[in-house]
Amino acid sequence: MTEVAVVGFAQSPNVRRTQGTTNGVEMLVPIFTEVFEQTGLSTKDIGFWCSGSSDYLAGRAFSFIAAVDAIGAFPPIHESHVEMDAAWALYEAWLKIRMGEVDTALVYGFGKSSAGQLRRVLALQLDPYVVAPLWPDSISVAGIQARMGLDSGRWSEQDLAEVAARSRRDAAGNPFAQVSGDTDAATLLDAPVVADPLRAHDIAPVTDGAAVIVLASAERARDLVERPAVVTGIDHRVDSPALGSRDLTRSPSTELAGRAAGVGTDVDIAELHAPFTHQELIVRDALGLGDGVRVNPSGGALTGNPMFSAGLVRIGEAARQILAGNARRTVAHATSGPALQQNLVAVLERG
Amino acid sequence: MTAAETETPLSAPLDVGFDYTRSVGPVLGRFVNALRERRVLGVRGDDGRVHVPPVEYDPATARALTEFTDVADEGTVESWSWVAEPLDGQPLRRPFAWALIRLDGADTSLLHAVDAGSPAGIRTGMRVRARWADEPVGHIRDIVCFVSTESPPGDPAPAPAPPPVADRAEGDPVSTVITPIHLNFLHSASPEESRYLRGLAEGKLLGQRCPACGKVYVPPRGACPTDGVPTTDEVELPDTGTVTTFCIVNVPFLGQRLKPPYVAAYILLDGADIAFLHLVLGCEASEVRMGLRVRASWKPREQFSTTLENIAHFEPTGEPDAPYESFAHHL
Amino acid sequence: MAKQLAAVLGTGQTHHRAKRTDVSMPGLLREAVDRALADAQVDWPEIDAVVLGKAPDMFEGVMMPELFLADALGANGKPLLRVHTAGSVGGSTALVAASLIQAGVHRKVLTVAFEKQSESNAMWALSILPPFQMPVGAGAGGYFAPHVRSYLRRSGAPEHVGAIVAAKDRRNGALNPFAHLRQPDITVESVRASQMLWDPIRYDETCPSSDGACAMVLGDESSGDAVEGGAAWIHATAMRTEPTTFAGRDQVNPQAGRDAAAALWKEAGITDPLSQVDTAEIYVPFSWFEPMWLENLGFMAEGEGWKLTEAGETALGGRLPVNPSGGVLSSNPIGASGMLRFSEAAKQVMGRAGDYQVDGARTALGHAYGGGSQYFSMWVVGSAKPGS
Repeated sequence: MTEVAVVGFAQSPNVRRTQGTTNGVEMLVPIFTEVFEQTGLSTKDIGFWCSGSSDYLAGRAFSFIAAVDAIGAFPPIHESHVEMDAAWALYEAWLKIRMGEVDTALVYGFGKSSAGQLRRVLALQLDPYVVAPLWPDSISVAGIQARMGLDSGRWSEQDLAEVAARSRRDAAGNPFAQVSGDTDAATLLDAPVVADPLRAHDIAPVTDGAAVIVLASAERARDLVERPAVVTGIDHRVDSPALGSRDLTRSPSTELAGRAAGVGTDVDIAELHAPFTHQELIVRDALGLGDGVRVNPSGGALTGNPMFSAGLVRIGEAARQILAGNARRTVAHATSGPALQQNLVAVLERG
Repeated sequence: MTAAETETPLSAPLDVGFDYTRSVGPVLGRFVNALRERRVLGVRGDDGRVHVPPVEYDPATARALTEFTDVADEGTVESWSWVAEPLDGQPLRRPFAWALIRLDGADTSLLHAVDAGSPAGIRTGMRVRARWADEPVGHIRDIVCFVSTESPPGDPAPAPAPPPVADRAEGDPVSTVITPIHLNFLHSASPEESRYLRGLAEGKLLGQRCPACGKVYVPPRGACPTDGVPTTDEVELPDTGTVTTFCIVNVPFLGQRLKPPYVAAYILLDGADIAFLHLVLGCEASEVRMGLRVRASWKPREQFSTTLENIAHFEPTGEPDAPYESFAHHL
Repeated sequence: MAKQLAAVLGTGQTHHRAKRTDVSMPGLLREAVDRALADAQVDWPEIDAVVLGKAPDMFEGVMMPELFLADALGANGKPLLRVHTAGSVGGSTALVAASLIQAGVHRKVLTVAFEKQSESNAMWALSILPPFQMPVGAGAGGYFAPHVRSYLRRSGAPEHVGAIVAAKDRRNGALNPFAHLRQPDITVESVRASQMLWDPIRYDETCPSSDGACAMVLGDESSGDAVEGGAAWIHATAMRTEPTTFAGRDQVNPQAGRDAAAALWKEAGITDPLSQVDTAEIYVPFSWFEPMWLENLGFMAEGEGWKLTEAGETALGGRLPVNPSGGVLSSNPIGASGMLRFSEAAKQVMGRAGDYQVDGARTALGHAYGGGSQYFSMWVVGSAKPGS
């Protein structure tokens, strides 16, 4: 089967609120231009398009259709859409190249989280019969997960604050980040809890944003960029939705996906999609990443969490490190659903 | 910099609400009907575990599960988090805890609210019992919340109104639960569309030309659909145009504002390259034709706002029809 | 390396009704899934991955329902994908599932599409009007009826052709035990006597809104080889999209549909679709879309599609039976309607279509479209292995 590589990546600034529409056009038009400049490709060179977004984020049905305008989709294009984070759209595009149907693909995700009350909207991902009617918000569900680890001793508040402090310090070097700052765990721990046991630094901000990745067959990739980031493994798995029947301090789906993607021990950098501090620790553990692995040099989702593209951004950041010649082998992770229910893992290597 | 770039785009609330009617089927049906009798039911999985709330299909084998068993309405807090400011729809109106509660006799935990007063009033391992609604209806909210068995609150939190109930015949079990879902969004128009909407408020029809293909779009677009670049040069359009095609609405439906029959037509304004849907009145529906020339009939100016509704409808100008060839490529 | 061969191993669907209040959403899905697994003679442990499709989440009021359905879909610990491409979604979902096999990633994939529109009211969800948009008050058919009028003007088709389609599809539906509407006694005359809703579309020429689900098990070459009586081999697939509106858009005969069809026939090695395809399941929610899509798909020249219908050649026993299952006009669980077209095509070439089996069907088309006639997905399936 054909090898697939990331050859371009662009993202919009992560911001608390844009003035743009919920169909993402204003965020997408400039970043499409940017990846085309990076790769020398144009709309007509793209063999397959795939996007990820959510109607519920926008508050209306078929919200993804208007986003197609940003492409300039005439003559007609070969295109698909997943109602998931665009990391899964990338998976669909990876299949199309892998089977030899196309040799380039453009993947994008977008979301205007600020249009509604995000943590309440996300309650609608829970079981609609006996859970969602109570409106458990996404922060409370994560708080329950965090406390399980605190109670069992798998992590401490100090551990969580260190994840947050490192993320914020790293984000200072990321011009797209929404939250950043030179801080340390002790300073962060002085802040009050806002959703006991969580403090503000444990929770990803509400972010409007969009991202785009261009994929190409490994053969084509060599003509487009100097150091393509070859996807040597990619896999995704889901866990049971029944929160009360899972050990929430572990992520079996991440573990399975990581093993199937071939993460192994030789990893320079990992970009993990953890919208809560404790979730980074769960994912890290599930992927077996040792202390030598540099985690989230971009600052990660804790410093900017554009819904439906934050997972794709992780793949983009992991690829960017290879495209820029900073790393040889990187891992990217994306998550979806309450309490890390669904997870995708990709391994990227210098081609 | 164009005017469109300097003006703040228009935005307005978008409230989306519906009372969803959920048929529960045989397994969840057993569960909600037991709640009505203040009993909690679990279902036994293929590995012997008792799932509460019941799951219809085993999480490991995917097999349909049918062996029900009663569990207690009392149990142990497995983990919890604190809600300082309850959100719309949540079980309690004052600060409370969410908790995973393992009921006695169950092997999985139920997510529900605990009326604990403050974070100091709850801990992992605490024993809690269900506080039942005064009049259970067969819904997860028949359990108002859980309270500590040792030190229940002296002033029980006021429970919100019970959920609406679906109609059913006297004596029949509950087969449908109703879940109201009401969400509030802020909807924004694009800068280009905002420019157009503000024009409408002044009684003007403002289109924009795509800098790549030269086509005039009304409303203007954040991205020309064929070129992917924003439309730019403003073009003020007349309020006359041609009916390209249409249908006669004969059917009454919910929320209809006109009495059928009436005509919904695609209208191509003179000078525009794209038609939009609007009403054609002012003549018998049977007299409307493809190619009919029409002019906007505006509402009184004092009723204008940022909407195409400022045009009440279009009506015939009396001019000869436009030749088919002049609009055939807009069908 | 080229695409791997893929085949349909088995199909299943629910009984479609306006309201399936006897089941939950998981129960509805499983009715289709369990039938598909039984038809394919495949058990849960053999399923490598699950691909779910449905139309807008707001129909059921559940955000990304595949997440809560993971138990019911037997997906725990497996890959689970969720596709949404408007009305074409049932077809696109099948194509994503096929690509998992064609790319050599999996051997057996379960794919499911559903809609339980009675949880809300599909028309409600579709009619949420964002601020600043004008409610024209045309109703559900108001979008498509003007384009049907354009077709009539362009083609000069006689007015009764729409009624021929409606009567044929409903009579076909009467042969299908799963169909929502089963009207064996409907006639062209009775259709023409039904109320004119959105002139030129009459009541009997419109699709119902249904609760329902459809499922298929797709497999690789060796799995296909093992199917008793023969699998439905995937010979070609195509998807195309164009914007909803743009200056000069042909809304009667959209370019995206024409391009998809051209790519499809080319991949399948079909040069004369009308002669080489034995039956077609085409997404026809309003009767007139049969002749329109016959042209768009290249079965007939532009402006000539109605002639095939009028001559009775699209009825069972005709040259190209179209929608022998009764089609969307007989059952319309929105998100599943496209997958039903794909699975009915597969059933025909597997010889499993029961009372509406097209004699000797060896090559069949499954077709779906959505949005404002802007999303197209389609496949050609055959009883023979491609290249054999």
